[in-house]
Amino acid sequence: MSTATLQHPAPAAADDFDPRAEGQRLIKEWYAQLETANARNAAVANVFVMGNAVEILRAFDFELVFPEINSLQTGVRKASEEYIRLSEDYGMSPDVCSYVKADVGLILKENEHPAGRIPKASLAVASNMCGTFIKWAEIWERWLKTPTFVLDLPGQRAAGWQVRPGDAQHAADARWVEAQFQELIAQCERITGKRFDMDKLAEVEARVNKMVDHWNNVMALNRQCPAPFNAMLDGLTYIGIMNVHRGTEEGVEFMRRLEEHLKAKVGRGEGRVAEERFRLLFSGTPCYVSMRRLVELFETWGGVFAYSDYLTFAAGGMDATELRYDTSRPLESLAEVTALAAQRGLSNQFFAHERLAQQIKDYEVDGVVFHGIKSCRFVSSGMADTREFINKRLDVPTLYIESDLIDPRYWSDAQIKNRVDAFFEALHQRGGGAPLARKTVATA
Amino acid sequence: MNAPVPYDHEIELSNVLERCNAAARETAIPSQDELPEGFSGTLGHFPVYFPEEIAHAAGLLPVNILGGGNKLEMKHADARMGSFVCSICRSTTELGLNGTLQGMTGFVTHPICDAAKHLAGIWSRNLPDQLAQILYLPQNVNTPGAARYIAAEYQRLRADLEKKTGRAIDDEALRNSIRSYNANRRLLRELYRIRRDEPWKVSCTESYLLLRARTRMPCEEHNALLARALDAIRHRSLPAQDKPRVVFVGGFCEQPPLEMLEAIDETCYVVDDDILVGLRWLTADVPETGDPIWALAESYVERSDASPVQHDARKMKEDYLMDMLRKSKADAAILTAAKFCEPGLDEQLAWSKHLDAENIPYLVLEFEEKMTSFEQMSMQVETFAESLLFALA
Ligand code: SF4
Ligand code: SF4
Repeated sequence: MSTATLQHPAPAAADDFDPRAEGQRLIKEWYAQLETANARNAAVANVFVMGNAVEILRAFDFELVFPEINSLQTGVRKASEEYIRLSEDYGMSPDVCSYVKADVGLILKENEHPAGRIPKASLAVASNMCGTFIKWAEIWERWLKTPTFVLDLPGQRAAGWQVRPGDAQHAADARWVEAQFQELIAQCERITGKRFDMDKLAEVEARVNKMVDHWNNVMALNRQCPAPFNAMLDGLTYIGIMNVHRGTEEGVEFMRRLEEHLKAKVGRGEGRVAEERFRLLFSGTPCYVSMRRLVELFETWGGVFAYSDYLTFAAGGMDATELRYDTSRPLESLAEVTALAAQRGLSNQFFAHERLAQQIKDYEVDGVVFHGIKSCRFVSSGMADTREFINKRLDVPTLYIESDLIDPRYWSDAQIKNRVDAFFEALHQRGGGAPLARKTVATA
Repeated sequence: MNAPVPYDHEIELSNVLERCNAAARETAIPSQDELPEGFSGTLGHFPVYFPEEIAHAAGLLPVNILGGGNKLEMKHADARMGSFVCSICRSTTELGLNGTLQGMTGFVTHPICDAAKHLAGIWSRNLPDQLAQILYLPQNVNTPGAARYIAAEYQRLRADLEKKTGRAIDDEALRNSIRSYNANRRLLRELYRIRRDEPWKVSCTESYLLLRARTRMPCEEHNALLARALDAIRHRSLPAQDKPRVVFVGGFCEQPPLEMLEAIDETCYVVDDDILVGLRWLTADVPETGDPIWALAESYVERSDASPVQHDARKMKEDYLMDMLRKSKADAAILTAAKFCEPGLDEQLAWSKHLDAENIPYLVLEFEEKMTSFEQMSMQVETFAESLLFALA
């Protein structure tokens, strides 16, 4: 799972903050920083976007490599096919996650990436959020001898599973996560030769708290009609920064200005689409090679993605107001919040109907678009069944389309366009979609 | 007066195998009045490993749900699970949706992979009466505290089962179950010892059928069956043939069709395998005294096998394959993977690269439980076996 910045036209804004340009600048700077990491003898960690203990790694000044973002960037930069083919020639099955294949291609190209040279990692932190993370990290462990730590995060066990901060189940889960953090800290100390600094962890956490506050406000702004941003295109920039800059000053500043910028837009009554007629929810992962095209198809019908569950799980479930670190007890609090966030992230997939039901209500959407990815079983295996549930039991219209994250061979423009058109016809027939006839559904 | 019929080990074995074969072909779960004595319901569980002792002590017959094989007609699942999901997940979904598994008290799946985890959601949406859940077995058993976490997870399961059945699971009942399963583990270790030492006495297919029978019968019944089978196998006087010794890996979750195993048996001695490894996951006896939940949890961490779906820094994947080859004195490996099984496919590639480096011959095969044609595969295996014999001559 992953996040990125994509190119798209920014709506005219009165303020001087351009989230897209700023996001691109930050990502570019991050890659430039990575390029010199090995030469500077900086400690480098490979991490995934979900369940990654970034706060601890930052407290040790690790430079962070997000292999999922590297892979999706090959897609955004139209180079993914070359990387994927290289790995298939090496022997990777066509049926495995295309991110993994692009990354194996990167190893085979000796870390030459379209965004710059990717440094060699001194540590990899994988988690059980997606099963593929573990197999992926094992590739580095076996092939590149990268020391690996697998963080086991307990998820939602059953439908209707309620775990609240402080109850017995949460306390037990948090204890387990904390024990693992202690192990990870010991490993980081060995690798970096530095002693763990609790105050530094608290500082990182304080910055994450600020980011999460702004993030939540930003998300809530899209409950407005018209929605000020497209959760599936602008949202990719936002979540890219949420991940790459989690806990940095630049990250806080980006989120602060983003909130300000979007609030101003809402104040002006400016929406992402000129005439918002349908509010939609995107469920699943993006198709990075053709995301812009996909969003355009929807926008020509006046459809805007008011929310995407991607923004929940690709943030590792870190997008809830109750998830604030108590910086007076940094490590315990990190474990407690991580345990809750992981459950949110995991339930978003494995008990998706429950989360979607809530999100449909929160963003008052007219329909749900499911995007299935053949090679991503984490998001796709239960999708058709979830769709059936949403359709039949919640009586919300749905559309199912299928392509790939970054493999252009799976994108069929004509086929997808036909389905999108038919979906909007059906929405119309239900009587929905009068231009701007809706009331505001929430205030930020 | 009739003369006593001499005891014929071969007939005895074929009777046992027939019983096992019937069990293997069964997908329906026993109805309330077909349940063996002492059981009040069934608890379905998905591969790889599940602590069956806890269900057994709750009076729920543990049934290992192993998909639908190659006879099941898919009517519902194709619309609910994409074509890119492995067969065992899709056919299990089909069995849930077509009513075959409707009577279970509960269904537990595990975090072996993402497709498997999704089964819990599918169950909760479509079979809400069942206690459907994911049992979080950790992907990091190297941190101190793993056993404590597993024990807490087992206690939770125990409480959930108690609530569902209205029957308390006391420690003594758990210890009794552990004793039965320990006996089972000993018998299975013996079966695999014979496979390694005298592979001409029992084929991989026979061994598989004997093992698989446990997925649908009480442990005690399976113990009796295994004891009878082992006695007959020991008495078998079959000549050793000129066949290469191979290990078979990749059958840890989705089940290779019987015909595939038969095709391999034709030309090779399969001296070890990881088929249904979850049923043999604990490699030594579980302590029969003390806190039984702790004993099970600690055994999971300290006395357990390896598989592509569990990360344990102490068990590097190449090492355990090499260990398997060495202990069984195998000449080569058959590396299989179920179609669309991401953990299996990733592992298969890594194994093959390693065996290349070690100069150990291997054959790569992909299978699906629903396969019905085996000619090409038989030919591949035969050619492989011949090349091995030629190399070994
Ligand atoms: S399978 Fe899906 S969630 Fe997992 S790494 Fe690949 S794209 Fe991400
Ligand atoms: S066969 Fe592989 S992909 Fe399918 S459930 Fe088993 S481990 Fe998962």
